[in-house]
Amino acid sequence: METSYWQENLRLIFICLAIWFVVSFGFGLLLVEPLNAIRLGGYKLGFWFAQQGSIYTFVGLIFWYTHKMNQLDKKYNVEDQ
Amino acid sequence: MDELRLYTWIAVGGTFGLYFFIAWWARAGSTSEFYAAGGGITPLQNGMAIGADWMSAASFISMAGLIAFLGYGGSVFLMGWTGGYVLLAMCLAPYMRKHGKFTVPEFIGDRFYSRTARIVAVVCLIIASVTYIIGQMKGVGVAFSRFLEVSYDMGLYIGMFVVFVYATLGGMKGITYTQIAQYVVLITAYTIPAIFISLQLTGNPIPQLGLGSTLADGSGVYLLDKLDMVVSDLGFKEYTTSTLGGVEMFAYTMSLMIGTAGLPHVIMRFFTVPSVKAARQSAGYALVFIALLYTVAPAVGAMARFNLMNTIEPAAGQNLEYAERPQWFKDWEKTGLLKFEDKNGDGKVQYTADAEKNEMVKVDRDIMVLANPSIANLPNWVIALVAAGGLAAALSTAAGLLLAISSAVSHDLMKGVLMPDMSEKSELRASRIVMTISILFAGYLGLNPPGFAAGTVALAFGLAASSIFPALMMGIFSKKMNSTAAISGMCAGLGVTMLYVFQHKGIMFIPGTSFLGGMEPNWFLGISPNAFGSVGALVNFAVAFIVLKATGPAPSHIQDMVDNFRTPHGEVATAHDH
Repeated sequence: METSYWQENLRLIFICLAIWFVVSFGFGLLLVEPLNAIRLGGYKLGFWFAQQGSIYTFVGLIFWYTHKMNQLDKKYNVEDQ
Repeated sequence: MDELRLYTWIAVGGTFGLYFFIAWWARAGSTSEFYAAGGGITPLQNGMAIGADWMSAASFISMAGLIAFLGYGGSVFLMGWTGGYVLLAMCLAPYMRKHGKFTVPEFIGDRFYSRTARIVAVVCLIIASVTYIIGQMKGVGVAFSRFLEVSYDMGLYIGMFVVFVYATLGGMKGITYTQIAQYVVLITAYTIPAIFISLQLTGNPIPQLGLGSTLADGSGVYLLDKLDMVVSDLGFKEYTTSTLGGVEMFAYTMSLMIGTAGLPHVIMRFFTVPSVKAARQSAGYALVFIALLYTVAPAVGAMARFNLMNTIEPAAGQNLEYAERPQWFKDWEKTGLLKFEDKNGDGKVQYTADAEKNEMVKVDRDIMVLANPSIANLPNWVIALVAAGGLAAALSTAAGLLLAISSAVSHDLMKGVLMPDMSEKSELRASRIVMTISILFAGYLGLNPPGFAAGTVALAFGLAASSIFPALMMGIFSKKMNSTAAISGMCAGLGVTMLYVFQHKGIMFIPGTSFLGGMEPNWFLGISPNAFGSVGALVNFAVAFIVLKATGPAPSHIQDMVDNFRTPHGEVATAHDH
């Protein structure tokens, strides 16, 4: 039972880190040139991801992960306190 | 000028008074309060404290200036210094909090059932934290001498005294509440000038949006497009596309991310909250508070560069007459951080990328944030606020680092290894003495900065990234990881990184001893020494898993311990019943 709690946690971490990698290393660094052809107001999109978008995504990811983990703790009845 | 000095004394004096009051109110009575604030900090409070702990003089003063001159290349700092919190929130903080110990070396010692591992961790921690603290002490000295016109040395003594009072008295508890106040001071001081400047340039009060807006001069041109045009006309690299090189940016960003996640003074803050759930939440709040500054910084950088270029050359070919230069130009010339040389003798200022013709022979990047309010003609109270904010950023980080050092020495070395029978009372006394010695030592290093100070920040992140981060990751995610394998990995990662930094920057940074030279052609895959921590981390992981294959899995009671800290509920020796 505790193994599958851990496995579900690992799956969540994997999803989050995949997004973490794509927005920063992907959109902000590796794909920056093609993305820069697209504009977001005065921002080139690749530049925006590197200096703004990736940071907003990081914040969103942590809150989403925290929320999902709280549900998971309840589901497996492993909450602390 | 007198009005400005008065305001600055009020702002700095007022905030220092506040820190003293908090220190007295939140003084620590037990080791649990001294090391972990008694485990009673709420996630929101902890998030703010982490923000102040993390954002140092470098974040507050230097980062926007770096971005101003690197343009897109500066993104490595923005992504690198925020992305690490995702790793902390998901891969490290919750499990280390569950394990419920006071320090990072203690966790490593328990998980790898080895005193050697614990001592290796203590050594990494001390080197990383001491190198980091030199920068904070210098920041305090510079801020005082620039804004309050006292000498650098005097400024440093005042700073040392303030930290001494609240850190030794309150330990983690005092530091936490002071850091919350310091966060409020520093974020206010950072954003208010940014809002004013964004409003002036683009008509949009939100700097993050202003950076993507059109200029308020009625031209309808986007600020970033105009900036690109202006800098490339003068021969500089285009702002929004100037890169440090693909591999370098990738490796640098990764090193800063995993280095952030491995810095002990940050991890320690997660031991102050009451539960695993609260540890995850604090990481989220921490990143919100950090992102407030980190998403404003690129706007500050770009707008400062824009204002600087615009002041010197308002329209192509119409250069500023040196005799008519603005007051801030004169002020910073006095400090030597801004230097003009009329090479062609026309009495005008030419600022170009061509070294032969460039007359702005020195533009120190650190002045961008500090000079910004005066360049934008903001009122004196805003400038006074920036002084208090810079000091808050430097002092809060210094306090966190001092606590990490003193707990490593008193808790891990003295209590953990040398004198296990020490009573709680004498341990508390020992921590305070060690902290006092650390403050004196840090002050000494601030007064006599070693010639290699600038290069050592690379070492701090390199050490955290190549030794501490991989050890923690393997300790949590690989149940079988044994002590021999982990220690071999740590030493290999550490060794490779130090060797690389030393061979390019000199052994212990002594000039002339770099056997491969600092030259770019000798960089491995074009990776600079600053960015090498990520390669060191890879070596660490590889060596550890190879040794693990040869030595067999960790004993079963250790594997049970790993199962225990992977789940939030259940019994564990918590920080509170020590």
